Amino acid sequence: MEPVLKIEDLTKVFSRGGQPDFTAVSHVNFELMPGECLGIIGESGSGKTTVVNMITRLLDASGGRITLDGEDITTAKGSRLRKAYRKMQMVFQTPTESFDPRRTLGDGIGESLRNHGMSAADAKKEVSRLLEMCGLPADFAGRYPHQVSGGQCQRAAIARALAIRPKLLICDEATSSLDVTIQKEVLELLGRLRRQAGADLSILFICHDIALVQEFCDRVLVLYHGEIVEQGIPDEVIRNPRNEYTKSLIDSVL
Amino acid sequence: MGEILRYEHVDISYNQVLTVRDVSFTLEEGEILGIVGESGSGKSTLIKAAMGLLGPSGMVTRGDIWYRGRDIPDLSEQEILKLNGPELGMIFQYAGSSFCPIRTVGAQLYEAMSEHEPLSREEFRQRAVDLLEKLRFDDGGRILDSYPFELSGGMQQRVGIAAAMLLNPKVLLADEPTSALDVLVQKQVVEEMLLVRETFGTSIILVAHNIGVIGAMADKVLVLKNGEMVEYGETQRVLNAPESDYTRKLMSAVPRLRR
Repeated sequence: MEPVLKIEDLTKVFSRGGQPDFTAVSHVNFELMPGECLGIIGESGSGKTTVVNMITRLLDASGGRITLDGEDITTAKGSRLRKAYRKMQMVFQTPTESFDPRRTLGDGIGESLRNHGMSAADAKKEVSRLLEMCGLPADFAGRYPHQVSGGQCQRAAIARALAIRPKLLICDEATSSLDVTIQKEVLELLGRLRRQAGADLSILFICHDIALVQEFCDRVLVLYHGEIVEQGIPDEVIRNPRNEYTKSLIDSVL
Repeated sequence: MGEILRYEHVDISYNQVLTVRDVSFTLEEGEILGIVGESGSGKSTLIKAAMGLLGPSGMVTRGDIWYRGRDIPDLSEQEILKLNGPELGMIFQYAGSSFCPIRTVGAQLYEAMSEHEPLSREEFRQRAVDLLEKLRFDDGGRILDSYPFELSGGMQQRVGIAAAMLLNPKVLLADEPTSALDVLVQKQVVEEMLLVRETFGTSIILVAHNIGVIGAMADKVLVLKNGEMVEYGETQRVLNAPESDYTRKLMSAVPRLRR
């Protein structure tokens, strides 16, 4: 089976005038298989988001290779990048900020469908279906981001991400800004969507909460100072951490 | 141990909208009370009321907040200013941003302290370094000479706790003091606050949405939902055998590490 996402030797060096270079991500390698959910944990500054930003091409990689569904997208631009975004979609940490404040949730969710040639009427129908799939009433399409709660907005963001049926969903701290009860609901939604999609949807789940990763992911990478210091099945990593840093991370969980 | 702070049937409104309803609890000397609840439940509002920090639109509309025989909502602004600092200390979620960025930590702590008692810079430095040492900072002098941005987030938070403790308040009100921190640093800050209680016998009201932090620190827990108390009792009892449905729901939603 071909991996959906293959990361080889990925490196990011930030150069600042007059100051020494800073290596945020150093020679990271991993693969994500179809239907798999891979968690990345680490503290702030460990490079989690830099890895994601390189994969999503929001940031140029300094070295290494990113292969999405068999295609090298390390330096993809323009139409090639747009094509890549049909296969990968993101859900960000702050749902309200990820929507255009002057447009309705329905506009945001339907945008990718319209961009890919769907008629306005069909897109509207599809938006209703997506909202309901994500546990929101269809009339939420007419609401603005500030008119809904954080949890509802994140559901809408998930609906938006899944609209063009991507193979890869990247969640960067997607539940971190939510209250625990809402976090649980959003995770249950993601879990249900994942079961329904089977091998058609893989998830890259960036999270600083180890307990959540244990609950949700098939495999986990521990990132520390831009390097992968440990990886494996969450239960095994948590019960028998081999790396000192992982050990201290797990011991610190209250 | 005597009681130090008592909320009696407290209602708090913002612009005539009732946001906290009928909250009562007692804080003993040296006790740590945890307040849990989700965003918008009124946690922060509840402790801001004790410091007169509700702002122009907020006020205590019913009930009393007794601090050593004085009813805080009835005090004048002058009296509250005298209370805040030496009697009631506060720690915020982002201690770093409550400092002025262009002055050293020491200069700002001196200013805060000299507001409440006349003292020379030398005396101040001596006392500040002593305190920082008691709170297990490696090099207190260096901290005082640093600018806030030169300290890491966790260090800023620890300095925020030390700053509140300079005036040796009887009660420390901590509003989400560890929420912005990584787990490793969170643990250090939790230990710092426990050390404060052990060293100075300070009572602490800890507002947090992280139930792990509450479990590790609090003697008693108050669960707040939509501004109302749904449960109040010993921490272990509330966390392990919650009586209210809402607390049960809250507990079951907390992701727990299976080790």
